Amino acid sequence: MADYAYPQTLASTEWVAQHSRDANVRIAEVDVDTNAYKEGHVPGAIGWSWNTQLCDTTRRDILSKHQFEKLMAGAGISNDTTVILYGDNNNWFAAWAFWQMKMYGHKDVRIMNGGRKKWLSEGRDVSMDEPSPAAATYHATGPDNSLRAFLDQVQAALQGRSHAMVDVRSPQEFTGEILAPPGLPETCQRGGHIPHAKNIPWGKACNEDGTFKSAEELKSLYGAEGVDGAKPVIAYCRIGERSSHTWFVLKYLLGFDRVSNYDGSWTEWGNLVGAPVERGASSTIPGTAAKA
Amino acid sequence: MKVENFAERRIEIDGWPVNLTTYQIGEVYHCKADNVSPGAGLARTTGASRQDAEEKAIARAKELLGRTHRHPV
Repeated sequence: MADYAYPQTLASTEWVAQHSRDANVRIAEVDVDTNAYKEGHVPGAIGWSWNTQLCDTTRRDILSKHQFEKLMAGAGISNDTTVILYGDNNNWFAAWAFWQMKMYGHKDVRIMNGGRKKWLSEGRDVSMDEPSPAAATYHATGPDNSLRAFLDQVQAALQGRSHAMVDVRSPQEFTGEILAPPGLPETCQRGGHIPHAKNIPWGKACNEDGTFKSAEELKSLYGAEGVDGAKPVIAYCRIGERSSHTWFVLKYLLGFDRVSNYDGSWTEWGNLVGAPVERGASSTIPGTAAKA
Repeated sequence: MKVENFAERRIEIDGWPVNLTTYQIGEVYHCKADNVSPGAGLARTTGASRQDAEEKAIARAKELLGRTHRHPV
């Protein structure tokens, strides 16, 4: 992990196995729901549901500062706790939680490299016990909105061609062949992508075992598409969780200064009246053409 | 409890690549089906045997993938 810009934002499964019971360490498994957590999880880990705990459940938004402070305090997390996040889907939703924790200024938060998949594949211990940590006191800062892109900023970036726009969805979603990942409900009126976006699916940043590719490989992957940190970057997907994974890669593994996650993503853009949409494969990305 | 018999394999359902992940915790086999390219989970099932858990996950994944509409591009 030494070649990454901020290797301290990753924890290996071995490190987690050794430190999961440390007093100042809190581990959280994060997923769209907590079904996987209930099957068995890293001993001592708490479970966070993206649906009900990491989003505002009334309006479409991240947690308010107050809601975030309440979540942290209830999980026994104080401002100086080392928080280790992991989850399924190679850490999709863990990356979302990481993004939100950085927006609210948490200093020491790390992603378990390889996520749940690596932990299970290594035949490690799992527990079904759901810990009830003693409440802590938590004071959030921010939110640091430089880490987040809102619709008007994306529109301005498109108009001015001021940012590298990275669409991290699958090639079929990018072209407009499908409106949601296969098997999931369609959540937009139009398919396609934001004009000039580059299609670099999030999963390309991962190895087969779920760990992140090396810094050199990542640099090549994004650099080949002109995403090299020279321009600020906006990452988007369908609902902002896959793009938080890419946001993490670009900001913390490659060390790009100006990277934001457009969490409105395609569910916002693809439903927007009058928004410019490009369909079909990007002319610059080989191998992403949809089947005719 | 230790995780045992972790295995992954790739199959195709209705033209979509699907990743099946199966493992055993205690007496129970768990299976997860996800669509390979985006990586989103389709089904999470349990069974008394690997085959049992996988069959349930495949059936559910087939049901969901069958609803996916391909739009002309």
